[in-house]
Amino acid sequence: MATAGGGASVAYLGCRDLLCLLSFCVLLAGLCGGNSVERKIYIPLNKTAPCVRLLNATHQIGCHSSISGDTGVIHVVEKEEDLQWVLTDGPNPPYVVLLEGTLFTRKVMEKLKASTSRIAGLAVSLAKPSPASGFSPSVQCPNDGFGVYSNSYGPEFAHCREIQWNYLGNGLAYEDFSFPIFLLEDENETNVIKQCYRDHNLSQNGSAPAFPLCAMQLFSHMHAVISTVTCMRRSSIQSTFSINPEIVCDPLSDYNVWSMLKPINVSGTLEPDDRVVVAATQLDSRSFFWNVAPGAESAVASFVTQLAAAEALHKAPDVTTLPRNVMFVFFQGETFDYIGSSRMVYDMEKGKFPVQLENIDSFVELRQVALRNSLKLWMHTDPMSQKNESVRNQVEHLLTTLEKSGAGIPAIILQRPNQSQPLPPSSLQRFLRARNISGVVLADHATIFHNRYYQSVYDTAENINVSYPERQSPEEDLNFVTDTAKTLADVATVLGRTLYQLAGGSNFSDTIQADPQTVTRLLYGFLVRANNSWFQSILRQDLRSYLGDGPLQHYIAVSSPTNTTYVVQCALANLTGKVTNLTREQCQDPSKVPNENKDLYEYTWVQGPLNSNETERLPQCVRSTARLARALSPAFELGQWGSTEYSTWTESRWKDISARIFLIASKELEAFSWNHDHGTLKWL
Amino acid sequence: MTAAVFFGCTFIAFGPALALYIFTIATEPLRVIFLIVGAFFWLLSLLLSSLVWFMTRTITDNKDGPVQKYLLMFGVLVSVLIQEMFRFAYYKILKKANEGLKSINPDETAPSMRLLAYVSGLGFGIMSGVFSFVNTLSDSLGPGTVGIRGDSPQFFLNSAFMTLVIILLHIFWGIVFFDGCEKKKWYTLLVVLLTHVLVSALTFVSPHYGISLVAAYVIVVPMGIWAFFAAGGSCRSLRLCLLCQDKDFLLFNQHSR
Repeated sequence: MATAGGGASVAYLGCRDLLCLLSFCVLLAGLCGGNSVERKIYIPLNKTAPCVRLLNATHQIGCHSSISGDTGVIHVVEKEEDLQWVLTDGPNPPYVVLLEGTLFTRKVMEKLKASTSRIAGLAVSLAKPSPASGFSPSVQCPNDGFGVYSNSYGPEFAHCREIQWNYLGNGLAYEDFSFPIFLLEDENETNVIKQCYRDHNLSQNGSAPAFPLCAMQLFSHMHAVISTVTCMRRSSIQSTFSINPEIVCDPLSDYNVWSMLKPINVSGTLEPDDRVVVAATQLDSRSFFWNVAPGAESAVASFVTQLAAAEALHKAPDVTTLPRNVMFVFFQGETFDYIGSSRMVYDMEKGKFPVQLENIDSFVELRQVALRNSLKLWMHTDPMSQKNESVRNQVEHLLTTLEKSGAGIPAIILQRPNQSQPLPPSSLQRFLRARNISGVVLADHATIFHNRYYQSVYDTAENINVSYPERQSPEEDLNFVTDTAKTLADVATVLGRTLYQLAGGSNFSDTIQADPQTVTRLLYGFLVRANNSWFQSILRQDLRSYLGDGPLQHYIAVSSPTNTTYVVQCALANLTGKVTNLTREQCQDPSKVPNENKDLYEYTWVQGPLNSNETERLPQCVRSTARLARALSPAFELGQWGSTEYSTWTESRWKDISARIFLIASKELEAFSWNHDHGTLKWL
Repeated sequence: MTAAVFFGCTFIAFGPALALYIFTIATEPLRVIFLIVGAFFWLLSLLLSSLVWFMTRTITDNKDGPVQKYLLMFGVLVSVLIQEMFRFAYYKILKKANEGLKSINPDETAPSMRLLAYVSGLGFGIMSGVFSFVNTLSDSLGPGTVGIRGDSPQFFLNSAFMTLVIILLHIFWGIVFFDGCEKKKWYTLLVVLLTHVLVSALTFVSPHYGISLVAAYVIVVPMGIWAFFAAGGSCRSLRLCLLCQDKDFLLFNQHSR
């Protein structure tokens, strides 16, 4: 009879079907996340910042994990001797090291890098207070090779041979790590991890600790590898041939913010006879970790000063009759080989920007100005361009104008450094690469930086001594004038008066005074709490959510414009523009309104201040010359991904970045369940 | 917690049911059909009880606290009632189907009610086991094990054994229930319902899994004995089977020429 054979095949089919059904159900159930069993097993770490991969023309820097995350047994390292357990003694490699913030040094990182087979990842806790000996993960010579000094032009100044500007830099942010590194921002989460470690991972007298052990899993898989050339090539092949292209990296790009003292027609270019004085500063900063860039001394202090100077200058009565114009520009991306300034120079050369290089009369740049020693403010100039007689005379005129403006302010002493000193890393260097213009860089340091936390997570309000009395409400803090605000206002006053005189004004120089109230409100908003009443009133309706409860982070990122760019543009518009009584429709399309010109001005419909009942906002139309100009490196415009002339920095893409802790079981438990399962399998 | 625990717990929970399926159900297509319909009936009962649960949740506005625990107990009670109701409904449908099957296929013998009781119990059991255990299984595949929040580290093994005992209990309940319905002994239905409620209520003593597990295994033994006798077994047939002298069984498995 055929039934037995037929029956057997039916049995086989039925068995396979049942297994299929079972595995399908498992998969389906696995897709439904957030169930209570998962909550029993894992504790997610929510307040973390990863270290991501950045690439330039030749190298990759940063960290990455494997695609399914890196798991390791937690080991807390609070002093250097604890590292021995991780590197040699511990019996359960790989380990995830929880490092104290003060131990995050080059020496420790070299040791960890040398034994990558035993390290699955690293979690760094923020050191409170900041490390006393300073910490800067940036290199000692920032933006080397992209400034004006090279082996063919000013070789004695190239590669920081004369002055190592960022003396404390250990270069960690420009190294390539093969394991993930996360920053633990919340102290409560760090304590939970340490408690789990104390409960499960501590061993008695150096013997192996008993299972189950506390472990951490870090996910930060990066899609791009090797260099910008490789990842852009792969992305372009994908977008040419694939219906659903898989882009692996994005260039770092954003927008520069610029405005003119007297409005100009942006649809054309200026005449060669129109002379412009340029006041420049930078908007961005970075740190070892992604999107954490408080940048108080390296960026915020200087652009806040320039905003205050712009406000003061606009209040001068004879602004419209000045012979020369003044351009305030805030460059974005200067941290990554001068993205913003190199793009602006390129646009000026190609005629795509209303102001051309011929129109530039002089150039005043603000670099780090908040940590002045004994009231001194240093005026750096370039020795190479001053070999030309006419340039030297112009620079001399520039310096004497500065000294004259500073004479009226006792709290500032303007000093000239040693004659043969190079320029510090600054946007002026990019302009000097294109043309010999007379320029000066104002800074608080004569030789090496005074900033001991340059481009690190510790460059916060504390670093520039911005502190508020206790038990004050956020509104009171907003309007409290700190000492730092007063000193920065003095610098802004000097800058404003200098720009006025360079633009040809003479009568009202002494009336130009920066308002410390503006400076302190800007500092509060950018360094302490962005969601305050003043920022809310100057911002557009749809950008309300950009203001968080903490400080703004000034990393350039890849999606533009960032929060900082928008807020600076709106602040510039508010401080230098005028409120008009246009309606919302007229504000969005002023071409129909007589006397309003969209080419000369930018019209923004902002939220406005609260009404007297403090219930609603009174929106208004602000007319100003504050605009955005694209800041994408010319290397990507020209397709020269391996360029050594322009910045080629890109950021890798990723799918999932997260961290969680859980217990891992012993091998014995697994064996026990295997035996049981073998026992039941024997039934079959 | 890696593949070892996953496969271990899967086979602990579903191994016996799988074995029973392969050796007794998979050979006959009709039995497979009745098994799947039985599983479907269990799913329907779960759908109805989840509707009731959802309505009570919305009525109490999803508030947290002890209210939720009492709601859960109420939900479990309602679910047990509805499951037994659907078992009864399945019995009624099978009764009707039997007569229909006889008219379609007069040559082949239709499965007896005792066999269908066993098949329906197995169907209920497999579906119930899959539903209760599969999401725990999928979490056992990850790298972590239960315990960081203070729960017992034997969570997966406990759940696997609990699922196994529930599947066995469903088989025995099915047999006893149908037998009670056939012989009009209504007290058996009540006993089945009460033991089902007892076993489900015992799971509320978590995190003390040991108590509920031991109690469930203590209940499954007399239940199994009752089911054995209700299905027509006797001490004599058991002895013959164990000593491999059961002529009917031996004859059945021989290939005829």
